[in-house]
Amino acid sequence: MARVVVDVMLKPEILDPQGQAVANALPRLGVTSVSSVRIGRRIEIEFAGEPDLETAREIADKLLANPVIEDFHITVVEQPAAEVA
Amino acid sequence: MRIGVVTFPGSLDDGDAARAARIAGAEVVRLWHGDADLHGVDAVVLPGGFSYGDALRCGAIARFAPVMESLADAARGGLPVLGICNGFQILCEAHLLPGALTRNQHLHFRNRDQFLRVESTSTAWTNAFTAGQEILIPVKNGEGCFVADERTLDELEGEGRVVARYTHGNPNGSQRDIAAITNEAGNVVGIMPHPEHAVEALTGPSLDGLGFFTSVLRALAGAPAGGQLAGGQSR
Repeated sequence: MARVVVDVMLKPEILDPQGQAVANALPRLGVTSVSSVRIGRRIEIEFAGEPDLETAREIADKLLANPVIEDFHITVVEQPAAEVA
Repeated sequence: MRIGVVTFPGSLDDGDAARAARIAGAEVVRLWHGDADLHGVDAVVLPGGFSYGDALRCGAIARFAPVMESLADAARGGLPVLGICNGFQILCEAHLLPGALTRNQHLHFRNRDQFLRVESTSTAWTNAFTAGQEILIPVKNGEGCFVADERTLDELEGEGRVVARYTHGNPNGSQRDIAAITNEAGNVVGIMPHPEHAVEALTGPSLDGLGFFTSVLRALAGAPAGGQLAGGQSR
């Protein structure tokens, strides 16, 4: 069994106020070396059988990401046998 | 004239939208998200609220509700549709309107009475106003920041499809102060503030919201018999 991971990120040109808020909080932790923070979303999909990348792409394009403001990236993650059992 | 008001799980303002339509003189038909039948209504309001708990993105799940499939077809055929707040978000997610509504730039939920300038009076929902008219209606959202690429924004401006703009302060960071837009045909309008909350002196800051509902009744009355606004919808 394999898991398909979809990473959804705001397009670079779209303002990310959440990321900015986090970036602005970092100096309070004493961190001054970070120049930018952007926040996205990670979605894990498990197929009953073999992972169907075509279907995963369709799910990502039609539902998980809004192509007007977001980009997505799909990766297949092989799970170790122990986790499958 | 029969105006349908859709209720999704998590809709909040369906009751007020129905009341506003009734006060304007319409017969109201309550529509249910799980029912694909539009019951022959002459226009539809998608109300505000938090459909499906705003899961994933505001409006992203509602877009796939059975009622939305029929509504998308009818809207493309000319049926007047007004999306308010979450309804606007749903219309954008359904690609019936361009752009997207994102997190308010300042990250705060904004709830106040808001001045708008009505810029387009040729839509099905704004013909009762005069161009440039300032109106005061409540705004209440956390994700009302309208964004689109520059080309789309220029197109909206060039084609007179910016229906209303925020004045005396932009409550959410929307690009070019956009509060409401319309599709090319002018039958589908999305607005972030809430006209349905400004229809009675007792509860609203003004009666300015009523104009959206009287507009659609006027547009429908002027439409050719048996047809819809843009003439494409057959029932």
